[in-house]
Amino acid sequence: MRYIPNTAGQRAEMLEDMGIGSVEELFSGIPHSLRLNRSLGLPDALSEIELMAHMRELAGKNADADGYTCFLGAGAYDHYIPSVVRHLTSRQEFYTAYTPYQPEISQGTLQAIFEYQTMIKELTGMEVANASMYDGATAAAEAAAMACGATKRNGILTAYSVQPETREVLKTYSRFRGTTLNIFGYKDGRIDRDDLEAKLTGDTAAVIIQTPNFFGIVEDYAGLAELLHKRGTLLIVICDPISLALFKAPGELGADIAVGDGQCLGNAMNFGGPSLGFFATTAQLMRKMPGRIVGETTDKNGKRGFVLTLQTREQHIRREKATSNICSNQALNALNATIYLSVMGKEGLKKVALLCAGKAAYAREKLMKTGCFKPVFNAPVFKEFILEYKGNVGGLNEKLMKEKIIGGLEAGLFYKELENTWLVAVTEKRSRKEIDILAGKVGL
Amino acid sequence: MHQDISLIFEKSIPGREAFSLPECDVPLKDINELYPAELLREKPANLPEVSEVDVIRHFTALSKRNHGVDSGFYPLGSCTMKYNPKINEDAAALPGFEKIHPYQDPKSVQGALELMYNMDVMLSEITGMDRVVLQPAAGAHGELAGLMIIKAYHEHRQDLKRKKIVIPDTAHGTNPASAAVAGFDVLEVKSAADGGVDLESLKNAMSDEVAGLMLTNPNTLGLFDRNIGLIADIVHQAGGLLYYDGANANAILGISRPGDMGFDVVHLNLHKTFSTPHGGGGPGSGPVGVKKQLIDFLPGPLVEKGKDGFCLDHERPLSIGRMKSFYGNFGIVVRAYAYILTMGAKGLREVSETAVLNANYIMAKLKAYYNLPYDTACMHEVVFSGQRQKELGVSTLDIAKRLLDFGYHPPTIYFPLIVKECMMIEPTETESKETLDEFIAAMVQIAGEAENDPGLVRGAPYSTAVARLDEAKAARNPVLSYVPLCGCDI
Repeated sequence: MRYIPNTAGQRAEMLEDMGIGSVEELFSGIPHSLRLNRSLGLPDALSEIELMAHMRELAGKNADADGYTCFLGAGAYDHYIPSVVRHLTSRQEFYTAYTPYQPEISQGTLQAIFEYQTMIKELTGMEVANASMYDGATAAAEAAAMACGATKRNGILTAYSVQPETREVLKTYSRFRGTTLNIFGYKDGRIDRDDLEAKLTGDTAAVIIQTPNFFGIVEDYAGLAELLHKRGTLLIVICDPISLALFKAPGELGADIAVGDGQCLGNAMNFGGPSLGFFATTAQLMRKMPGRIVGETTDKNGKRGFVLTLQTREQHIRREKATSNICSNQALNALNATIYLSVMGKEGLKKVALLCAGKAAYAREKLMKTGCFKPVFNAPVFKEFILEYKGNVGGLNEKLMKEKIIGGLEAGLFYKELENTWLVAVTEKRSRKEIDILAGKVGL
Repeated sequence: MHQDISLIFEKSIPGREAFSLPECDVPLKDINELYPAELLREKPANLPEVSEVDVIRHFTALSKRNHGVDSGFYPLGSCTMKYNPKINEDAAALPGFEKIHPYQDPKSVQGALELMYNMDVMLSEITGMDRVVLQPAAGAHGELAGLMIIKAYHEHRQDLKRKKIVIPDTAHGTNPASAAVAGFDVLEVKSAADGGVDLESLKNAMSDEVAGLMLTNPNTLGLFDRNIGLIADIVHQAGGLLYYDGANANAILGISRPGDMGFDVVHLNLHKTFSTPHGGGGPGSGPVGVKKQLIDFLPGPLVEKGKDGFCLDHERPLSIGRMKSFYGNFGIVVRAYAYILTMGAKGLREVSETAVLNANYIMAKLKAYYNLPYDTACMHEVVFSGQRQKELGVSTLDIAKRLLDFGYHPPTIYFPLIVKECMMIEPTETESKETLDEFIAAMVQIAGEAENDPGLVRGAPYSTAVARLDEAKAARNPVLSYVPLCGCDI
């Protein structure tokens, strides 16, 4: 076996050296009644040639965004990934290391995370960020738990326009934590402030909103944080990091916690994972943050260096009293994001955001002109929009698939009241030609 | 040699760029026509402005300040830092896996669903469970899902008193932390003199308020708890369930299965046992397997095989619900799947046999130099105590730092908590006898240095990019992001 270097001869030599007759003796601690006295029922081992043939066969059964034009979003997006991202992330020193427990030989990972934390802080306009969470949905669930802990309250009020799977994750976490989760509605696609205020109670730890929301609409939540703070409630904002190059940042609008999914920052779609969740908050709430955090310090010679810090919040020290049970982060995905943001920089990220916004606006107009759609909402959108189709959306997507187009999401699957609507995502990767072809194929 | 340690922000020059984006090919509207001014950001995020060459040099320089498995030996106990096969990366990078969207029509992702289905079947066989879900993103996330399943099971039976989880004192910190997040109270039980679960303490802990026991077997001392059959009986007879923390599964592949030991729920770490890269701390993958009576409670969706191919079953009313978006860390699952197919049944058994042989070899060779608190054959990892060196004024931390000068990543230290000056060494099966011999020689040399020149060990490391860092300062005065010296914006 090529991954196991020791030869039979070496094994025998080692056993002899140890004064042991056979490897079997080393397992004598496992009672015979608990042994598997047969071979595992697994397929026969494959060589590289055979393995790749099998993997290619499986991969070949999937319609991928290289061979198809993708207009599907709703939480995962076909954004452009600069070539250098993979080249750098693939460097084995990043790729095959683990959590930086030994800072002297982990400065690469630690400094990269420190730079990542800085970029997330800058984008969100918050004061501190952690080293990342599993994904946007779990980051939101951790934010909810943190808000309950910080306010000593038990209720979370979330907008119905938050991505449905994020709401499902919030529900799972809150059910077992014993906290309550309530939902407030939307009006013309944006948060319904009257409903929000009506549902706010003295036990509401935090309100969660998403912008751009599930319908692609940019929320106008100016003044919301002030209103909530007067009631002792925190504001958690879930946001698209690319959109933050254009729109007001959660920090500017008084949010207490900003979270979101970082897949769009240089990470492939990967059928939904791995991705990363970013998590940022205020200096005041810093010590309540979940997850790994990297801080700057100096070595004994006064040289700058980086370490994992504020560890007394964490499970390996606090055990059941920790702020969260998470003990890793999505380091490699966060590294992708850091490299992506370094490549894009201040101007590039804004350009990506403008391309998304411009192309989405063009696509929406173009589709409306076909006469096959009706608008659902009128509020301004970023890279996604929702339209009502005059025919059957499921049928439309099937038809498009034959034309090598991955169509938008049938939003009615998640929102009963939005039957036959189509949530279309247009990233900077979509060309005018592709959009025009799409518009030409949607006829009834 | 010149070592560039500046931050990417410190390399920023206004006007420099590294991006390549197309000109806008649609009629571009004015931004103010698209959005009202009150939505727009006035002060841009201060991201660096650098060239592509700057980016490449910067992150290459950073990578050189890291130690990975490909750099050299990484015997970090409980983390199973085995070699990460390159072919798995090639497989995961196929566009048909990497560039597919989670909301595509299942008909257009049959290969991905087939892979997930096969993985469920293979991991069920390896663990002796009836069904495995791939959704949890990491080990701790798998623990949380598994404990939620246990809670949901008891609640469904209207057995509402069971609010406690029993955890041995050897357990990793995530166990009690996960139990707390799942809404349980933690009941810690002491270990017996042999390092296993103390049966009397366990019996005393059990009651109709206990939902279950969380156990790692082999445990964090690297010892297989031979009483596991009795332990399972005690827990089951009291109406509890058994949770298997798969952190140490690298010792038992094809040899013994958690399902046959009596466990009801198990999580695996694909990034440990099944060779996927650790990535500097993630992404991992923590699939959860259960026995038949718990399948209904698994987080969803599950992949099912129907007459029209594979599909996702979302209609599962008793499910604990969703643990994360979509279907788990699929890209990691692809790598682990490729690994299992490469190894086959025989290869996986050889993995565990060799991992155990390597750990015992280190034990045999080093026990004359370091205290061995449990002097019995170990499984895939061996736990030493640096107590003898401590008495000479050299701590386990010093020994770990000195190992850096020999080019090794040190073992896990100060864990498990019940062993003083603990050093937990897990060599894995992918290390050769030559590597082990060189490591042993380094450890022997350090033991000698502790006796003859303790100051040398205390001052280590000498060869790394930075010397020992002031962690107290970092925590006392947290600087968590870049602050320019001028005090202005970045």
